[in-house]
Amino acid sequence: MAYGETDTGGATRIGQICSRYNARPDALVEILIDVQAEFGCVSDAHAAQIAGRLNLSRAEVHGARSFYSDLSAEPKGRRCVKLCQAEACQAVGSDALKAAAEAALEVKLGGTGMPGEIWLEPVYCLGNCALAPAAMVDERLIGRASVDAIMAALEGGEHD
Amino acid sequence: MTDRIIIWVPRDAAARSVGADAVAEAFAREAEARGLEVTIRRNGSRGLFWLEPLVEIATGGQRIGYGPVSPEDAAGILDEGGGHALCLGPVGEIGFLKRQQRVTFRRCGVIDPLDPEDYAAHGGWAGLERAAKMTPEAICEEVTRSGLRGRGGAGFPAGIKWTTVLEADGAQKYVCCNADEGDSGAFADRMIMEGDPFTVIEGMILAGFATGSTQGFIYIRSEYPDAISVMREAIAIARAGGFLGTDILGSGRDFDIILRRGAGAYICGEESSMLNSLEGKRGEVRAKPPIPALSGLFGEPTVVNNVLTLASVPMILSGEPGADGYKAIGLGRSAGTQPFQLAGNIRQGGLVELAFGVTLRELIEDFGGGTLSGRPVRAVQAGGPLGAYIPAHQFDTPMSYEALADIGAMLGHGGLTVFDDQVDMAKMAEFAFEFCAEESCGKCTPCRIGAVRGAETMAKIRRGENVEANLEIIGDLAELMRDGSLCAMGGLTPMPVMSAIEHFPEDFPGQASKEAAE
Repeated sequence: MAYGETDTGGATRIGQICSRYNARPDALVEILIDVQAEFGCVSDAHAAQIAGRLNLSRAEVHGARSFYSDLSAEPKGRRCVKLCQAEACQAVGSDALKAAAEAALEVKLGGTGMPGEIWLEPVYCLGNCALAPAAMVDERLIGRASVDAIMAALEGGEHD
Repeated sequence: MTDRIIIWVPRDAAARSVGADAVAEAFAREAEARGLEVTIRRNGSRGLFWLEPLVEIATGGQRIGYGPVSPEDAAGILDEGGGHALCLGPVGEIGFLKRQQRVTFRRCGVIDPLDPEDYAAHGGWAGLERAAKMTPEAICEEVTRSGLRGRGGAGFPAGIKWTTVLEADGAQKYVCCNADEGDSGAFADRMIMEGDPFTVIEGMILAGFATGSTQGFIYIRSEYPDAISVMREAIAIARAGGFLGTDILGSGRDFDIILRRGAGAYICGEESSMLNSLEGKRGEVRAKPPIPALSGLFGEPTVVNNVLTLASVPMILSGEPGADGYKAIGLGRSAGTQPFQLAGNIRQGGLVELAFGVTLRELIEDFGGGTLSGRPVRAVQAGGPLGAYIPAHQFDTPMSYEALADIGAMLGHGGLTVFDDQVDMAKMAEFAFEFCAEESCGKCTPCRIGAVRGAETMAKIRRGENVEANLEIIGDLAELMRDGSLCAMGGLTPMPVMSAIEHFPEDFPGQASKEAAE
């Protein structure tokens, strides 16, 4: 089972993820986060498997998946760059950083660039408002963010 | 025998975001090269973010600060010590810190956040030890007497909420800690979770003891991966130490905590949305009544408190400062201290914990040192994206729930986002609607549709189309959203919009010319 696997397969792995939470239906959001992290998305096939394990309807799983912006039905990109667009970052030049990052990564905010690779996502607050503008590459937070710092973090490997 | 030198390098996400990990490695490497016996320890942040990474070297009972340190500075600091250009002297003597009243944050940045002995040595668990011998009624009474109000934004008296849950009938009551700190300009919850997680855990246990709840949940937003991992580890350590589980400290009472992550929805900071998310559902707002204290998680009586509210309880119950001591700090019905967060275009951004009553000007100028850009401060948004934009002529307002309400603003979670004179307030007003449109849960029409219509109309105003008529539409829309929305998301979005229009009319071209004509 691997990143981007969207159709069949993955059932065993999804069963294991559900078991981690004793297949409690109230842990659905946690389970969706784990599935998203593992496969890069929660596909319809994944959703059906989760629904079966938790004894929920597929509509309930779809409803949760479509509500939370961290979750997606299709893979968005292997690496994720988040740029904070909230007020504190706007106050110190997040607009300029956004334009520079879009140019450097050849992708518009909200899209995936470098075919299937880097996904540039707007985010509203990373809690680093005293060292704004803030960005996050995968799970690595960057303060006083610049395009250079973002590129360096991308080159720094997939894991923090 | 001389004590080993301890070098403290913060593990706080903000400190790490400007290179603290590389600094810690550099100190370890350079110390080894010099044959120095040192221990590198990782603390939380003191909240002096412009000085991060702020390294502290502890010798002879004193902690000498250096900052902001880069890895290349490590060798020089080890060689030159107090003579180094980055030396700040004893950390506690730094003006920004010395002039604060650290109560809730008194251990943050001081201790190793995941060392339970360090926590205990700095007054940790004292509240729990005392409360273990008290009745639930007595615990609720002390919290009520302290005057502690909810720090999440609404400011509801914590003790009254707890008493309601205690008196409610329910088979299984719950304590939910709201750590979905989504407001731009706010980072206090993140800081304390990463810097002093046991105090949050202790506060949750106390809420459980006070209300007869045995199960807690802490809901942390996914944008805070460091806070999630620290809290997760802290919960496991507390459980291993007998502070969570059955018969805690011989009290005969049980309590445990489950950590749940958010998934990128701002609205889940609204308590009823958070409860739905904790139940595995879409994070849609619930209509109130019933209030969560009577019918909350899974329909059971539930305490929902913000991180800072719960983190303030251990000191109140420990007797230091105690309920009366806590109430004595502050201003009128705004009792105790408030962690203010200086953010945005600010030279010295960070966390300032002070009694209520300090003015905005003192915070921005005396603590913050003005703007980062060096230009004049034009506006401060207090209380996050749903808070008012406050103009310079109101900067002498004392910071309290009541005084801010009097000028049509709010304290919210204590975040203060500073803007210089380059800000376009019409753009900020448009953004307020756009943010609401992006983050609305969609349950109620005024918020779901109103935000979209508001953004469209504000865009027209910015293009100079029928400005006067469109501003009138904005006024109507704001009234409808304020009065007709189910929760604060739609209900308070008009606050930044209308405050921008009221205080900065020159940024709304048609209105400015109308005023000039009068």
